[in-house]
Amino acid sequence: MIRPARQPLTVLLYLATALVVLRGTGTATEELPTFFVPPPPFSEGIFPCSECHADMEVNQKPRELTEHTEIAKSFKHSPQQRWCFDCHNPDNRDVLRLANGDLVTFEESYKLCGQCHGTIYRDWKAGVHGKRTGEWNGKKLYRLCVQCHNPHNPRFKAIAPMPPPDTPLLIHNQKHSGGSIRKNPLGKIE
Amino acid sequence: MNANNTDDKLEKTFTRRGFIKGTAASAAVLAIPVGSTDASVWQSFFQNNFHEMSPEELQDTIHNLAKKYREKYQADFTIKTNGPRPDTLFGYGLDLSRCIGCRRCVYACVRENNQSRDPQIHWISVLQLKKGEKGVSDLENANMYYAPDEVPEDGYFYMPVQCQQCENPPCVKVCPAKATWKEKDGIVVIDYNWCIGCRFCMAACPYGARHFNWGEPRIPKEELVTETHYLGNRPRYRGVVEKCTFCIQRVRDTPGRYPACVEVCPVGARKFGNLLDPKSEIRYCLEHKRVFRLKEELNTSPKFFYFFAT
Repeated sequence: MIRPARQPLTVLLYLATALVVLRGTGTATEELPTFFVPPPPFSEGIFPCSECHADMEVNQKPRELTEHTEIAKSFKHSPQQRWCFDCHNPDNRDVLRLANGDLVTFEESYKLCGQCHGTIYRDWKAGVHGKRTGEWNGKKLYRLCVQCHNPHNPRFKAIAPMPPPDTPLLIHNQKHSGGSIRKNPLGKIE
Repeated sequence: MNANNTDDKLEKTFTRRGFIKGTAASAAVLAIPVGSTDASVWQSFFQNNFHEMSPEELQDTIHNLAKKYREKYQADFTIKTNGPRPDTLFGYGLDLSRCIGCRRCVYACVRENNQSRDPQIHWISVLQLKKGEKGVSDLENANMYYAPDEVPEDGYFYMPVQCQQCENPPCVKVCPAKATWKEKDGIVVIDYNWCIGCRFCMAACPYGARHFNWGEPRIPKEELVTETHYLGNRPRYRGVVEKCTFCIQRVRDTPGRYPACVEVCPVGARKFGNLLDPKSEIRYCLEHKRVFRLKEELNTSPKFFYFFAT
């Protein structure tokens, strides 16, 4: 007699327990990807930095650069408040340095960016900021921040759009010229 | 009395209903070309609706379809029929503050889903809207034919529109042939062999998401995608309606792949996942971003969410 009344209760209890357990195991935002593709996008021949810098004397003073002039010229990442060693490590150029002095490799550069861009970092870890490819319920391929943003000039550059769809007028003309007059190279049929 | 009886009998033998039935049956027989009455022709003529087919029937149908595609396109097609995955309801997120209107998604979709190139069919339309005006409440002033040298243009934002996979889809309600329906995982699909091309669904859809094959679809041979799903990207016919299926042939795989538009987006504006999984990316969007749905007031309840991320 009591059974029908008790069953839903039991189910509810189980559900509540399950919810607590699920919540306790942490959220997806804390799980970091274990691999990235492709590796950091170094310009050709620039890495390892120690190849040149190992024997050089470290000059920490902000100045007009005589090397890496192309970076200096296009640099636009709060240039007033920024200098190379805010991110690069003066003692070993093959790694980056966080504000607290911790060293991170170029493969983990997202930690460096995340210091200032905290909300973006949080979204990125959750898989919401940035591009993902792969499986929606399996392996996802993340990208480093620098795979889309140039760290020295991070704003997205404008790109050429793909062709617009055929306008009704074009379709109309096509019909009356008795064949395909498509100019659109992507939709071309010989 | 006797004469009357005979009349009754006659009437019963040649009823109006019986006559029409007989005519229809003979017309059906005549409609099939005599020279090619092999099993496949009969099979496709009497083919059932996708969700009414028995497994054996489905097997036959797939076999025949592949055969026909081979004749038509000289390519071997794989036609999947896998059903919805358990505990899955697909949802889509689109970050309007990221989209730059580059149309990469449009053409990735065309390619992946074997859309006709000529006549042209695009399942995704990217709308260009003026910033600071009426927003997305007035699509009359949106422009989908923008063609500057570079995007984004100053003072504009871009809103790609495709099938919103409504929970309450008006297109399904109006279909007189039951050729379109909502699957358990929330994807609204079409049986292209069952569609009669009446285009009621196109009139009913408030998003302009459905497209009609006005002519014989043409796809360059080297661009055919032969990995297909029966309800998704298999080549369509002249006179049927088609639309976005969240790349059903990709997302229903195990494990499921992202739709083609998600993977191609260069700014990562497109998000996809399982609405029933609290850890999914789409759930994160719903919980942390201010999302809105297009034309929400129509009560179509789309599973396509737009948001402006910071």
